[in-house]
Amino acid sequence: MIFAVDFLKPFTYEFFRNGLLIATLAGALCGLIGVFVVLRGMSYIGHGLSHAVFGGAALAAVLNLSYFLGAGLWGLASGLMIGRVARKRIIGADAAIGVITTASFAMGLALQARFGQAKQSIDAVLFGNVLGVFTGDILAVVGVGILSVVVVVTLYRKLLFATFDPEVAGVSGVNVPGMEAVLMVLLSATILVTVRVIGVLLISALLVLPAVTARLLTNSFGRMLWLSPVLGAIFGGVGMYVSWYADVPSGAVIILAGTLVFIVVYSAAGVRRRGRVAGMDHHGPSLRTA
Amino acid sequence: MKPSASNSSGNAFPAPLIACDHLSCTYGNGSVIEGVDLQVHPGEFVGIVGPSGSGKTTLLKAMLGSIQASHGSVTRAAGLSVAYVPQLETVDWNFPVTVGEVVGMSRPQKSWWPGSSSSEREEIEEVLERLGLGGLEQRHIRELSGGQQQRVFLARALIQKPDVLILDEPTAGIDVTTRHEILHVLADLNEGPPQGDGIAIILTTHDLNGLAAHLPRLVCFNRTVIADGTPSEVLQPYFLERTFGAPMEVLQHGGMPIVLEQGGDQLRLRLSRKGAS
Ligand SMILES: Nc1ncnc2c1ncn2[C@@H]1O[C@H](COP(=O)(O)OP(=O)(O)OP(=O)(O)O)[C@@H](O)[C@H]1O
Ligand SMILES: [Mg+2]
Repeated sequence: MIFAVDFLKPFTYEFFRNGLLIATLAGALCGLIGVFVVLRGMSYIGHGLSHAVFGGAALAAVLNLSYFLGAGLWGLASGLMIGRVARKRIIGADAAIGVITTASFAMGLALQARFGQAKQSIDAVLFGNVLGVFTGDILAVVGVGILSVVVVVTLYRKLLFATFDPEVAGVSGVNVPGMEAVLMVLLSATILVTVRVIGVLLISALLVLPAVTARLLTNSFGRMLWLSPVLGAIFGGVGMYVSWYADVPSGAVIILAGTLVFIVVYSAAGVRRRGRVAGMDHHGPSLRTA
Repeated sequence: MKPSASNSSGNAFPAPLIACDHLSCTYGNGSVIEGVDLQVHPGEFVGIVGPSGSGKTTLLKAMLGSIQASHGSVTRAAGLSVAYVPQLETVDWNFPVTVGEVVGMSRPQKSWWPGSSSSEREEIEEVLERLGLGGLEQRHIRELSGGQQQRVFLARALIQKPDVLILDEPTAGIDVTTRHEILHVLADLNEGPPQGDGIAIILTTHDLNGLAAHLPRLVCFNRTVIADGTPSEVLQPYFLERTFGAPMEVLQHGGMPIVLEQGGDQLRLRLSRKGAS
């Protein structure tokens, strides 16, 4: 009983319960959207967007604006720009994205150095801070989560067709650019509401880890679509819980937990199954993480 | 499948189904296809032959409307349903999809829940059964033979109940038996009701003797239409040399033309000499 009491101790703190809840929800959300990020080779877009959001968040902190307003508008503008650049599919599209978003990131760093008083909330965006979450943050993740589930379920066949085989999907009457835009909006919204939990530097890893692990476990798109959020939730919850004892930033432990599971699954999977992940990034550098 | 929509007598659509009129297409620098005039009528079965890089795939995509004409036009009959079976090399074989998922994805989602309704599931099973893919629904697309892979994408096209079926190199990389199977399936689909579906079929191929010579209508293509007619009209040394850029001989066997590459003797000679030395 002594042990049980000890293990349950963090649950007596409200901020821990909130943190655990939001980490689990953020993991599930990133797991869901991550399926599309990985299968479409969008991880460099996610990586770029999170850096862009950091610039917007820093600006919002300095100007005393709300985080969601500043980072949201900034992220939206960058997202649209990235979408334009990425659609052209010219050589160096990812380099152009790197320029747009790294400039934004650099601006954030400059603001942080110049206006130190805003440092706390900027740090939270950079490294993630699960323990400082408010009810509003949880509601935001829940809101984007519900939106994502509704969109993914109701547009399921079109999203699958447009992701697997855009050319034939277009010929068969699917609005492929529309599906791409929908996924861009969901990805931006996901990053916006989860980046303060996980941190700019680690968010793209959380978008990739649950999805690639799920891919190793199944050959079916439908199954991957629920397996990945479940894995993401587990990574988030377990990582958060362990970080309490390890006294390490939660984002880092969440990613380490995910990486550990990925390694275990990867090692347990046969060589043939490993090929699934190895060949998966033919669209782009989808395995690149933060 | 859709006996009322189209048949070889072509009542449902005013002919032609698809018409290319002085069609040119470009990917940015220079025309890839130029001045193409081609019409496809209800119930036709048309083969397009030409060397690699001659613009066959480009022509198909222009007919589908997935790339725009830079000059001229493509006209499809109003309300025409066209289904496309892409070249297998263009498929992402690492993508996590099962056979059932591939076939189901092309059906419009009628309700908010994406799972197939029982009538849809029946339809999918029927198409898979018909194409000899019964029981493979749960298989990943990579865990199939080349012929089965081809038929999965054919199934995805058929479930859309098309009036016109367009296939890009449906027999590339497939052995003789499988090629025959696929051709028989296509012949069934092309045949008018009651036995068949009366679907008009357009395909491209490199295989002159194994496939092209068996079709009712052939188009020799290299950037533009070089010849258009029955195999015996079209498979002539003059047209073939202009299409493939190499001299070819044509023999007649049982009323069917057989194309022989010239220069094969010299090649054999060179290679055997190499082996001897
Ligand atoms: N997306 C593209 N962008 C630029 N050029 C292209 C593109 N697709 C094809 N081409 C060029 O257009 C020409 C015709 O290509 P196409 O694929 O239509 O030929 P094909 O007859 O189908 O060849 P194959 O028999 O090898 O499939 C080629 O020279 C090719 O390099
Ligand atoms: Mg081709």
